[in-house]
Amino acid sequence: MQEQAVSAQAKWQKAAITGLVRQTPRVISIFFRPSLIFPYRPGQHVDVRLSAPDGYQAQRSYSIASAPESGGVIELAIERLDDGEVSTFFHDVATIGDEIELRGPIGGHFIWTVEDGGPILLIGGGSGVVPLVSMLRHRAAQNASPPVLLLYSARTWDELIFREELLALKQEGNRFDLVLTLTREHAAHIADYDRRIDPAMVAELLHRMLSPPNQVFVCGSNAFVTAASDALIAADVPAAIIRTERYGV
Amino acid sequence: MTTRGFTGRRQPPEITDRIPPGQSLTDDFPVLSAGPTPRIRTEDWSFTLKAGPKPVIKWDWAEFNTLPQTKFTRDIHCVTAWSKLDTRWQGVLIDDVLAEAGIEPPTEFTLAHSYDGYSTNVPAKDLLGGKAMIATHYDGKPLTPDHGGPARLLVPHLYFWKSAKWINGLQFTTRDEPGFWELRGYHTYGDPWREQRYTGD
Ligand SMILES: Cc1cc2nc3c(=O)[nH]c(=O)nc-3n(C[C@H](O)[C@H](O)[C@H](O)COP(=O)(O)OP(=O)(O)OC[C@H]3O[C@@H](n4cnc5c(N)ncnc54)[C@H](O)[C@@H]3O)c2cc1C
Repeated sequence: MQEQAVSAQAKWQKAAITGLVRQTPRVISIFFRPSLIFPYRPGQHVDVRLSAPDGYQAQRSYSIASAPESGGVIELAIERLDDGEVSTFFHDVATIGDEIELRGPIGGHFIWTVEDGGPILLIGGGSGVVPLVSMLRHRAAQNASPPVLLLYSARTWDELIFREELLALKQEGNRFDLVLTLTREHAAHIADYDRRIDPAMVAELLHRMLSPPNQVFVCGSNAFVTAASDALIAADVPAAIIRTERYGV
Repeated sequence: MTTRGFTGRRQPPEITDRIPPGQSLTDDFPVLSAGPTPRIRTEDWSFTLKAGPKPVIKWDWAEFNTLPQTKFTRDIHCVTAWSKLDTRWQGVLIDDVLAEAGIEPPTEFTLAHSYDGYSTNVPAKDLLGGKAMIATHYDGKPLTPDHGGPARLLVPHLYFWKSAKWINGLQFTTRDEPGFWELRGYHTYGDPWREQRYTGD
């Protein structure tokens, strides 16, 4: 696994918005072109900073959804929190041509590249799927085929971010397997499960994987990450191979 | 530079003065950790003080709880840009840990070690003079595993990743040796008032 020291300094810089794409009722993808293009690895995030006329600033972290292979434009997928300070700005105010400040890449632990190999198990809850999608896009761009299983938990079918892309990847096969669980929509769709992640679900995933994962990545809200990693531990997955990224509350 | 159309949220001045640059106030409890939450039973817990490679003293849970107790109310600041005000803690000051062990700080640097293999470096002077403790209680209750229980380091004047959860040892080192997050791009010192978030800040 890559555990390289991140020595280069990630400096604040301007980034222009080049595109906005609605993904779900609550999530939009925003595409940014930083003035200085920087290399990054799948799983890393950026910090963004907004400044008011009186100098007041707010900053937040967002995982990178795009793959390093996609060139100088970085895609973020931002979920709207109705009383949110920064996410509402991106949903309600930001348009193409706007400039914000951004710094990156950040994070030297929640990272996977094809050189790390597999099998890997990815577990994402809600917008926690974003860094995992970067890993999958990178794997596809590299034409690599280490076995990957993604468990993606969302509230409803319509809230699955990148749904069509993930379903298409599953269709292609190439040792990518996708399991969906919907926590607020029951049996209405073709999802595999209709409940929150639990030890029984994780045990079935591990069984489905044929050979045990050499690395597990879990990302989402703190509650989701705790539930998922507790279930992994209960299924005898060694703590040392589980990496987590928590989005806060 | 100003962001078109951004006004942002404001706090009253008496609160603003307590929030370091780039931080936002939260009522929730920020969590940052690299892996699963270890569940350590107090029967299995111990704390070892080391000078370099050499253990100076080791306490089990019952012994550790006989050390002098101190209460702290402090503001805390997570590197993911959350600040939380007036958090209430109880535990053993590092000054008291050293006094009970009967030693003076042998070197200028320390590494705090945790059950999950995590470590973080803090200069000795930042742990002394009533600045830091091994906390065993939060908000009047035993510290839960999520927040680092049974015991965590608490160094509230530095970004909160320095307050190592699930602590099991404090080691004095001759050099300033970067810990887990510090090797992965986070700042070696981590002063929130100087916004020392990442390497080179
Ligand atoms: C490493 C990292 C990567 C992240 N990546 C992404 C990403 O790819 N996409 C994304 O949408 N977000 C991501 N986040 C979360 C993001 O940084 C912000 O916390 C989020 O956008 C809310 O900011 P806000 O200003 O809109 O809300 P705030 O004004 O900060 O909060 C508004 C209210 O919502 C609550 N709240 C804050 N965060 C959450 C949450 N996650 N869930 C529920 N309630 C919350 C607050 O307590 C508050 O009451 C990431 C966080 C981290 C630490």
